[in-house]
Amino acid sequence: MTISTPQSVPALLARNVAQFGDKPAYREKEYGIWQSWTWAQAAAEIDALATGLLTLGANAGDHIAIIGRNRPAMYWGMVAAQKAGCVPVPLYQDAAAEEVAYALDHCGARFAIAGDQEQVDKIADVREGLTQLEHVIYLDGRGLRKYDHSAMTSYADVQAAGRASNMAAEMEARVAAQTYDDTCVMLYTSGTTGRPKGVVLSNRNIIETSKNSSEFDHLRPGDETVAYLPMAWVGDFIFSIGQAIWTGFCVNCPESEHTLATDLREIGPTYYFAPPRVFENQLTQVMIRMEDAGRVKKWLFDRFMATAKRVGPAMLDGTSVGLLDRLKYALGDVLVYGPLKNTLGFSRIRVGYTAGEAIGPEIFDFYRSLGINLKQLYGQTEASVFITQQPDGEVRGDTVGVASPGVELKIAENGEVFYRSPGTFVEYYKNAESTADTKDPEGWVATGDAGFVEEGSGHLRIIDRAKDVGKMADGSLFAPKYVENKLKFFPNVLEAVMFGNGREECTAFLNIDLTAVGNWAERNNIAYASYQELAGHPQVLETLRAHVEEVNRSVAADPMLAGCQVYRFLVLHKQLDADDGELTRTQKVRRKIIEEKFGDLIGALYDGSGEIYTETEVTYEDGRKGQITATLQIVDAAVAPVAARMAAQ
Amino acid sequence: MKDSVEPYVTADGRTIGPVMMDMRAITLRFGGVEAIKNISFDIREGEIRAIIGPNGAGKSSMLNVISGFYHPQEGEVWFHGKKRPKVKPYQVARQGIARTFQNIALFEGMSVLDNVMTGRLGHMKAGMFAQALWRGKAEREEVENREAVERVIDFLEIQAIRKTPVGRLPYGLKKRVELARALAAEPKLLLLDEPMAGMNVEEKEDMSRFILDVNDEFGTTIALIEHDMGVVMDLSDRVVVMDYGRKIGDGTPDEVRANPEVIDAYLGVAHD
Repeated sequence: MTISTPQSVPALLARNVAQFGDKPAYREKEYGIWQSWTWAQAAAEIDALATGLLTLGANAGDHIAIIGRNRPAMYWGMVAAQKAGCVPVPLYQDAAAEEVAYALDHCGARFAIAGDQEQVDKIADVREGLTQLEHVIYLDGRGLRKYDHSAMTSYADVQAAGRASNMAAEMEARVAAQTYDDTCVMLYTSGTTGRPKGVVLSNRNIIETSKNSSEFDHLRPGDETVAYLPMAWVGDFIFSIGQAIWTGFCVNCPESEHTLATDLREIGPTYYFAPPRVFENQLTQVMIRMEDAGRVKKWLFDRFMATAKRVGPAMLDGTSVGLLDRLKYALGDVLVYGPLKNTLGFSRIRVGYTAGEAIGPEIFDFYRSLGINLKQLYGQTEASVFITQQPDGEVRGDTVGVASPGVELKIAENGEVFYRSPGTFVEYYKNAESTADTKDPEGWVATGDAGFVEEGSGHLRIIDRAKDVGKMADGSLFAPKYVENKLKFFPNVLEAVMFGNGREECTAFLNIDLTAVGNWAERNNIAYASYQELAGHPQVLETLRAHVEEVNRSVAADPMLAGCQVYRFLVLHKQLDADDGELTRTQKVRRKIIEEKFGDLIGALYDGSGEIYTETEVTYEDGRKGQITATLQIVDAAVAPVAARMAAQ
Repeated sequence: MKDSVEPYVTADGRTIGPVMMDMRAITLRFGGVEAIKNISFDIREGEIRAIIGPNGAGKSSMLNVISGFYHPQEGEVWFHGKKRPKVKPYQVARQGIARTFQNIALFEGMSVLDNVMTGRLGHMKAGMFAQALWRGKAEREEVENREAVERVIDFLEIQAIRKTPVGRLPYGLKKRVELARALAAEPKLLLLDEPMAGMNVEEKEDMSRFILDVNDEFGTTIALIEHDMGVVMDLSDRVVVMDYGRKIGDGTPDEVRANPEVIDAYLGVAHD
């Protein structure tokens, strides 16, 4: 196998062309039909674009920004950049213009490959300040006919220029010059605090990690995956480029972001990744539809789901299950699980992963019990994704698995998790200080998460962000995320933010889930005109109070965390949003910003007021700003008695 | 500019060609009611031409005259330099004129795809029997037409509702499906009857972009009726203003905006 590992992604691509050139490498649904490209065809497209970049004057080491939705041509753009000796820098397609400007300026990109008019406009808006940006290459020319084309060319034209040129020798030299330690890709971390940082990952990082993780899960040519997560996210780079090209499996791109459900069903991926939020939404959809189903179907569903819940996970783990239960499960598979999995597009999944946030045990077990091999992994951009992952047969809701192949783990005294691996990033671009803060000279990287390795199983368990873990006024442990996750496991709660560090009591902000609560309102003939009105409805508040009290009881059961019970909460009048800076682009809560922005509300939670009037600035999707005002009710929740309070050491 | 028949290029780089449709002294009566009183105006190739006016001004009637649904008692309709005889609407459709309706007129029980396919009717030549058997030419035709329809679906970004019955769609999307059906006919002249009525700001923005893109990408000439003044002024090259069946203004948006009679009748703003 390791006669000589190709030293770069383009070299791996050449290997794939030689090994399975006529097998499908990419598919995209367009004009209602799945269009496909074999490895040989994809390599030809990439070669044309790479040579085209040379004709535009791309030098080795240049940064090339890539921004757009998941399309084969955009992935080729990344590999073409690598082939030309440049560094691809994928950016979040829903990023605001100033975020894009920061990244383009920081990496000094000379070229940008933009998906469509929206992205071209975004770059055009900030182009004045970007002295280094020379040329924009656009994929979909719609609406761009009237634009000034002096520094802008279509993707197809660049490819045509590449095909017409005679720079094949130069091209070969560029590929041959690449070493295992050259930069493969640069990814900007979304950053819950401060400016995004450019994480530099080498060919070694990407290829070694792809190799190890592909072997861990026995990925093989012929596997199918659906690429729909942001291209700027490290996971997508590893799944859709690293592992796909290492293993030689096929990457399928949906027709549009709105057709994902249909496209997923048509492709039936065998290897699939989704953040917990996606699984949560899908489960909510299923439950809502079952509520609307006929009585017979509902009865069948409830009955067989009970069986699945009891024996499904065990069967998936390969432990022994009685014959009668096996028969029941088989019948359920024909009547319920099979059709349901088919509808969700999960019929063929061999390996499924979720990561990024904690997933609710109910949700996790639901999918496992259907016979879907859903597992958890723990990772970050700086590790080229993989730090720990769950091996087949050792899957549990509350751990994130064992150290991935080649990864060493270490828990510091304060509980922070450290790792060292072949995937460990090279540096933060132009930021030696942060690099030194994060990675020590021996290569150990601080994850920023607090956790511990479970005795016996060797599985890692994550409690919270290390910097978010604090102490209550009486010295007991304050772990906000632990409680927030428990709250978020209720379908009605979309987001929760907890406060209480250094205080006597904990309080929380909640966001309702409009799908779930809206459906409930419809069912109960409750009229509402807006999100805000529904969020403030007395019956909604009452339901949420019941949820909070249930969480309090479950928190009280753990003496170490019993101090984190929620005494008071309020339901926010707006959804926390990345456009308003309250969430990161990967939908993680930014505590500092929320604390500053809603300071008046936090005050009201602690000064005993019954309600509070507030004005909030919101940003609409097109960038315009507006004001919303609301009077919010403060709701008290009962706390459960605690047997014994233990101080956090 | 209005009186010149020479082609010219607009500030944003589109070419406006010779007169395509010329309405000459049109008068339309329903019994004793004069809906349109002696109105003349023209539509030039490649332009976006708006007809505006208060309720009951006769805008929709005018659109119906253009589409051949109403036949004016007086006046002549000249199309591509030839006087148009009294024709049936389907004959007008074959000449490359397609329209959308003020009150959506789609087949509610059929899918979006099937609705848009009906826009291709004028492009299907195979006989009824050949279509029923779905052999040879009929099959080839269907594939070709489906491809054309898929391009329209892609263009208007309605892939996600391709298979959804129209009856289940919200209003704004139905409007878009109607535009899709009209576009599927690959018209030379597209008539839009209040394309943004009842839409929210975001839907209006989307629709405006689609109208501009249609004009820009396919060079389709567009005549539209619209209430939303802001939209009309932003979109159109020239505007006809009607009031009680009379034409009270005709010209570029700026000219129309400055016309005191228009301000009186339509905008309702006092002037001195």
